[in-house]
Amino acid sequence: MGEKRIIYMDHSATTYVRKEVVEAMVPYHTEHFGNPSSIYRIARESKKAVDAARTQVAKALGAEPDEIYFTSGGSESDNWAIKGIAWANRKKGTHIITSKIEHHAVIHTCQYLEHEGFTVTYLPVDKTGLVDPADLEKAITGKTNLISIMYANNEIGTIEPIAELGAIARKHNIPFHTDAVQAVGNIPIDVKAQNIDLLSLSAHKFYGPKGMGVLYIRKGIKIHNLIHGGGQERRHRAGTENIAGIVGLGKAIELATADIEGHNRRIQALRDRLLKGILAKIPHSYLNGHPVKRLPGNINISFEFIEGESMLLWLDDEGICASTGSACTSGSLEPSHVLLATGLPVEISHGSLRLTLGNVNTDEDVDFVLEILPKVVTRLREMSPLFKSGKGGCNVQ
Amino acid sequence: MYSDRVMDHFKNPRNVGEIDNADGIGEVGNPVCGDIMKIFLKIENSIITDAKFKTFGCGAAISSSSMATELVRGKTLEEAWEVSNKAVAEALEGLPPIKMHCSVLAEEGIHKANNDYRKKQGLEPWVEKNPHSHEHDDGTCQG
Repeated sequence: MGEKRIIYMDHSATTYVRKEVVEAMVPYHTEHFGNPSSIYRIARESKKAVDAARTQVAKALGAEPDEIYFTSGGSESDNWAIKGIAWANRKKGTHIITSKIEHHAVIHTCQYLEHEGFTVTYLPVDKTGLVDPADLEKAITGKTNLISIMYANNEIGTIEPIAELGAIARKHNIPFHTDAVQAVGNIPIDVKAQNIDLLSLSAHKFYGPKGMGVLYIRKGIKIHNLIHGGGQERRHRAGTENIAGIVGLGKAIELATADIEGHNRRIQALRDRLLKGILAKIPHSYLNGHPVKRLPGNINISFEFIEGESMLLWLDDEGICASTGSACTSGSLEPSHVLLATGLPVEISHGSLRLTLGNVNTDEDVDFVLEILPKVVTRLREMSPLFKSGKGGCNVQ
Repeated sequence: MYSDRVMDHFKNPRNVGEIDNADGIGEVGNPVCGDIMKIFLKIENSIITDAKFKTFGCGAAISSSSMATELVRGKTLEEAWEVSNKAVAEALEGLPPIKMHCSVLAEEGIHKANNDYRKKQGLEPWVEKNPHSHEHDDGTCQG
């Protein structure tokens, strides 16, 4: 390998850190390393940097700076939002509503709460991955104390009707959380206009550093702390601030939201060309997710008769980084819960491929994938007992 | 995560294909679990003169099929019956624990093809000495 060109199409897994972001961070590792809780000058520099980043985040979300809390990432933000609200409102009731296609940071947190005596409704989705607001309305009871629906799905890219779902929650006076880890930097967000009470985000999905996230908590929302200890983050999230990380997150969100439409036009044009090319060149391939309401860089396709991991291994051999909803790469043996929730048959879920485009991708990348992928699929189909070449028939039961 | 040997057999699989008028055919696995192997044997005078496979599955499933067909070629039916999943995995310089079921499938595929031949010959099928669960080791795939 060594010299080989890398075609990175896994931006939903993580992104590189932009140069401007790294440069903004460096002084806070080396010079302005003071603990913001201290009183001397270098500490004041750190404090100022944290405040500035908080303002950058607030601006990007349409929030107030004092509604922004820095965390260690999307998983912590999701855990905090769900456990914090569930415990704070448990006198009202112990019912939570979420969806079947949430990230594991939400699903497993809800499952933990089920063990602790809460009841959870997992709303279904249609075959494109959309939650029906009418289903939410029906699921609400007098005991519902939290609604958590993701903004955009990490696997199939479907964008949920967040403003509408938020309005329903607001009408019933129930706190509404959204895991927006995949959305921030890709979709314009306005927490006020969209009726969002809590929102999770993660810096490494928009060219910021790993290990940095935010939980937006609307003023007036009652929530318990998750991390207990010192008085940081206005006594809501203990632990000495990751100053450089916070600075990096602030810079990254500012850059990512500066020209979201312009950025998306470019990525979406590349994505659409790649998607059309794949569907045209490879028979028995199907787009997963919504045809229009989807993240601009997301492609999720199932190829019949083949399995995802072997596809990834061949693509990797050609320098192409992608991911799959097949069980065989996940460490468990179940295929993606998201694909299954959309009603995709299990055997076809094993043959899914996710390509997520981002800043680094070019027209040449798209051409290259369009050259390589059909060969990989053909090669694997030729050795698949499920594929009857020529007839193109499927004997999957 | 995979050994060089696994990657070699994945990228250059030996014996891919079908045998016309095969003397024994064994299909094992389940698409729901994400892997199916179909083994084809050509048998002359109780010796496996050719073995081929078609596999739907992950890298470990494909390389296990490739290695298993290599291991049984030229062997007597009795010898081929003794080729265990461990032998397949060892010949591949090991498989990740969660992928061991792929080598089990390969062993079962060979056994099934062998018994298919025996049935066609009017012989008693041999009985699995150590029947493996047809579910995966951790039971998550109930296909």
